[in-house]
Amino acid sequence: MIEYTAIIRDTAKKLLKDGKVDVFIGYKKGTVPMMNEPVVISDPEKVDTLHWDSLCGLNLCNYLTKRKDKIGIIANGCNSRNIVTHILENQISREQLYIVGIPCTGVIDHRAVLRAVGNKEVLDVQEQGDKFTVSGNGFSETFDKAKFLRTNCAVCTHRNPVIYDEMVASPVKEQEGVDPFEDVKKIEAMDPEKKWGFFTKMIERCLRCYACRNSCPLCYCPTCFVDESKPQWVGKSIDPTDTMTFHIMRAYHCAGRCTDCGACERVCPVGIPMRQFTKKLNKDALEYFSWEAGLNPDARPPLDVYKPDDYNDFVK
Amino acid sequence: MTNKIFTKEEWTKALQGLSDSYKVFVPVKDGDFHTFKPMNATKAPDFDFQNTRLSARSLVYPQAERMFEYSLDENDPEANIIKETPKDYSPQAIVGIRPCDAHGFKIVKPNFDNKEYRDPWWIQHFESTVLVGLGCNQPCSTCFCASVGGGPFNKDVLDVLIYDLGANFMVSGLTEKGEAFLSKAQGGKAADDAAVKQAEALATEAAKKVKADVPTDKLKDKVINDLFAAPFWQDVGFACLNCGTCTYLCPTCWCFDIQDEVLGKQGDRIRNWDSCMFPLFTLHGSGHNPRDQKFQRVRQRFMHKLKYYVDKYQGGVQCSGCGRCVRYCPVNIDIRQVAELMNNY
Repeated sequence: MIEYTAIIRDTAKKLLKDGKVDVFIGYKKGTVPMMNEPVVISDPEKVDTLHWDSLCGLNLCNYLTKRKDKIGIIANGCNSRNIVTHILENQISREQLYIVGIPCTGVIDHRAVLRAVGNKEVLDVQEQGDKFTVSGNGFSETFDKAKFLRTNCAVCTHRNPVIYDEMVASPVKEQEGVDPFEDVKKIEAMDPEKKWGFFTKMIERCLRCYACRNSCPLCYCPTCFVDESKPQWVGKSIDPTDTMTFHIMRAYHCAGRCTDCGACERVCPVGIPMRQFTKKLNKDALEYFSWEAGLNPDARPPLDVYKPDDYNDFVK
Repeated sequence: MTNKIFTKEEWTKALQGLSDSYKVFVPVKDGDFHTFKPMNATKAPDFDFQNTRLSARSLVYPQAERMFEYSLDENDPEANIIKETPKDYSPQAIVGIRPCDAHGFKIVKPNFDNKEYRDPWWIQHFESTVLVGLGCNQPCSTCFCASVGGGPFNKDVLDVLIYDLGANFMVSGLTEKGEAFLSKAQGGKAADDAAVKQAEALATEAAKKVKADVPTDKLKDKVINDLFAAPFWQDVGFACLNCGTCTYLCPTCWCFDIQDEVLGKQGDRIRNWDSCMFPLFTLHGSGHNPRDQKFQRVRQRFMHKLKYYVDKYQGGVQCSGCGRCVRYCPVNIDIRQVAELMNNY
């Protein structure tokens, strides 16, 4: 996907020069391999900072919340679905946005790359089409990107943006025949005790740094429930009960809203696979409400709408 | 100064023996990364690592520590009397700590142990700790210990220094505490001149590899308010998520919050690590928050490390160059670049 970089730069330059947008939000190339930094640009002469490659794995929608200006932004499938969710939840208006759509072939799992090279230090990554070469002191290896996709990208069925003003390239073929919930089904099959054990072990390393929460565009509350002090809902030590409360409550706040973009897992400094929580809720939203978040800017999400003719008695 | 040679197997065995006299913490592979764990028979220490994901600071300064406890039961004759929670100050050894992380303890010491304040818990934990460092033969590209007063084989603060000679370790006692630790280690033999020379060569080689060009020399001469009002903070902070990754992984961050937790009639007063990245860190009781914007919090972290600390303690920057924040900041905010911006402003 690195070839999109030049097109993104040209598009941003034009948009800024023509005054169609005040700022343009994208990525710049990181100072260390496999890391890229979100950046906002307002000067058309500085668009050469912009960069895109298969390691841009955050969610840029996170940087849109409550902005007042006119914004150009790049968006692949999942990021665009979060933009739709942001519009539905009144965090930004469609009129403020110029969305440059990215047909996405998936983001590389940097942890899988490190494992593949025996956790040696990677000094350089070069992307060539559907392959990439990783090198460091005394080694250089070329891998197929398709085998190193992040687990959310490997089962993604919405690679193309669902909302955009222009595309940087033709849409890519959507993946078919993938089961996004294979792992969830395994956990569902466990008895309650085993399930509790699974999740307890999963989060035992958590530092409560809140990188997962803060990288998520859904988490825009002015004060998160874990930060409330009057009353204080959750303890602030690393007591496992408090940590579990944080993770489960966070996940529930994402029910029917999560696009499985994977930013939470990407940013975790200790590698917790917290999508195991949100994916179960995505599965429920799909099974109970035929709902996948952020696909349609005209449909209200199932959990923020009331219908007098709802087939469930308890809401009547 | 004792220099002893152990084969790697002998060294692991010696550490097992030392576990009778010390709580021995060693690097252990835990999933994708290394972490300090108490030595035990089931999981062998693994000294083949670049650095542990988290610094060793929690072994001296726990992330959550019970300071006091109290009873709220009116029938208890000691109701409402706050008593210090008993703590474990038996000798401990952190074996395999990198010199940068040991240097981190030196950097935070003036905060916990100075003329005005003496933090009894930090001091006692620190004094009961033997720092058994492992020199870095292969510093990472993100390491810059040599720019901030350290080095890959820096002996400062360490009690023992281990040199990885390939099949063997050469282990050098550096302080009385370190010599006492080594005297209890079974096995090994005195190092000959050839081993000492090999160790010295490793240190010289490593020093050449580590980056020493992160500029901090002009920071002390800058005017605080000029740096505070510098135009670059919005740009530096744009991508920041305000998560606690940088501050929690850092060996030199020391901020804490104090909380009371009550269960039934039993209460605990706990101090927890806190982070200047969190809005709650500066939220006043009135509801006012003097750092309610993201860029202000980002600025605080860099100003504290690279200017306020420099001015207050006159001993360089509050950074040991371990590079963790550079490697693990989820949005790639790079302290090396910010140091350059500030130093050259």
